[in-house]
Amino acid sequence: MTVQQTITTDQPLLRVDSLTKRYGARIGCADVSFDLYPGEVLGVVGESGSGKSTLLSCLAGHLSPDLGRISYDGRDVLAMSETERRRLGRTDWAYVHQNPRDGLRMGVSAGGNVGERLMAVGARHYGDIRAKATDWLGRVEIAADRIDDRPSAFSGGMQQRLQIARNLVTGPRLVFMDEPTGGLDVSVQARLLDLLRGLVRDLGLSVIIVTHDLAVVRLLAHRLMVMKSGRVIEQGLTDQVLDDPQAAYTQLLVSSVLQV
Amino acid sequence: MNDQADTAYNFAYLDEQTKRMIRRAILKAIAVPGYQVPFASREMPMPYGWGTGGVQVTAACLVPEDRLKVIDQGADDTTNAVSIRKFFQRTAGVEVTEATTDATIIQTRHRIPETPLHDGQILVYQVPIPEPLRFLEPRETETRKMHELEEYGLMHVKLYEDIARHGMIATAYDYPVKVEGRYVMDPSPIPKFDNPKLGNNPAIQLFGAGREQRIYALPPFTEVVSLDFDDHPFQASKAPHDCDLCGAKESYLDEVITDDQGGRMFVCSDTDFCAGRRASGRKGRLWAPDSAAPPPPQPSPTRGEGGTLPVGLLRDGDTVASVLHGQGSYSREVKP
Repeated sequence: MTVQQTITTDQPLLRVDSLTKRYGARIGCADVSFDLYPGEVLGVVGESGSGKSTLLSCLAGHLSPDLGRISYDGRDVLAMSETERRRLGRTDWAYVHQNPRDGLRMGVSAGGNVGERLMAVGARHYGDIRAKATDWLGRVEIAADRIDDRPSAFSGGMQQRLQIARNLVTGPRLVFMDEPTGGLDVSVQARLLDLLRGLVRDLGLSVIIVTHDLAVVRLLAHRLMVMKSGRVIEQGLTDQVLDDPQAAYTQLLVSSVLQV
Repeated sequence: MNDQADTAYNFAYLDEQTKRMIRRAILKAIAVPGYQVPFASREMPMPYGWGTGGVQVTAACLVPEDRLKVIDQGADDTTNAVSIRKFFQRTAGVEVTEATTDATIIQTRHRIPETPLHDGQILVYQVPIPEPLRFLEPRETETRKMHELEEYGLMHVKLYEDIARHGMIATAYDYPVKVEGRYVMDPSPIPKFDNPKLGNNPAIQLFGAGREQRIYALPPFTEVVSLDFDDHPFQASKAPHDCDLCGAKESYLDEVITDDQGGRMFVCSDTDFCAGRRASGRKGRLWAPDSAAPPPPQPSPTRGEGGTLPVGLLRDGDTVASVLHGQGSYSREVKP
């Protein structure tokens, strides 16, 4: 699945340069640099505590890095005003949390959850918002008659799909995903991955996906970054990294996958 | 000064430094309409939820020449109104009135008087929860950030949920408004019927929340817009009846249950407005004035026997409204 045809322009959408985040004396992530092109899916793998989530939070603006530069579409993200950055976070960017409860409003109906981002950018027509919410629920395979149910009445897989719909409704160009398949059973995972792959392809999204599941990146990611102890130890095309791992840790990681 | 004044108190109960601090907060609030200004709320000799914020704002605004009116849900004669009025009669010795037009300061709980306010008047609201985003976003740090960055999409999510669940915007009181195109403000639990009176009002409107330690304000002639959707516009609603005492069609009504047989009546919630109309000769469906003889004593209604309120025997000065208004809180008020 690692096709490079989706990469259409030569200008990177996101450019990250020696990004570093420390927690006191400990390293969150250190000296991370990469370019992400439009339509490209970048996987970030590594064991727990390797700095994957720290990296993602820094990129999405949830944490402020200590060193380094992030430029999005030619603009310096770290120099932006907070208003601008949060606006970007509601429109051009999306963040899919590992736990859908973190990304959804559990007390608000599914339609309201999907509509929130629309209303946040100024949609003020109830009928339009609802039509769009219905459309998006359909695209993530949630029946239209569940639109007024709260997420707490949904299964884990449905909640995760709802979270994805809520994030994609404003047509973002860059999506951050933190373990989107974590905590789901394998058959639900497979359907979710299928759905994600379709959406990414149809919408031409750029995605940074953090996971410890190599099967997920094999399916979704064009390029792969392997992290250990806060540093990137290997990066390249997904198939290349997985089929011919160079770093000792990557070899260990690849050989640790259980075979059925 | 009237003879009820207790000179052992400083004028209007609070000490001068405290009033000065509150006045500074009020001035800031007026300078930034709709913005919630923190202030060092004091313990008052009444429980939270009984108008400690409003009382402090009133105390800071009062001068000896003022004429004070206090209403609770429109009525001058309910517990909250009576006790606060007495409080200021005793501690400040100011004149009090029930007539809206005569008052210079009106402290109110949950209503705006029907009689239009005029230049020079101050309307002080008692506010239980000043933060309009409270029940949508529980983190105060986050709601402050949302106000700062004007991120008010969430407010519409609440209205969306209303329409999705009830087919219409069912929020009937505490209806969020946007002030001068900038801050979203909680108008305190006034019925949405009163929302249109918030905007372009010649009086100064001050909002005091004692427990939450916030003061905010609407200077005269401020633009206040009730939030809504293009296809579900804001509607000021009231019970579709006329007042049964004064016949008013355009005033906000309270429903009063008169027996356990389904009998009920609708009366103006603004007692001064209703009494004024009756004094000028207008009458409603159930109004029976001027019985020559005093009414025979009614058997007191006994529970379970279909006791009936002696509706037809109401006289000037009597208000059925007081039956309805307990001191009870709205369900959204948090218990301390």
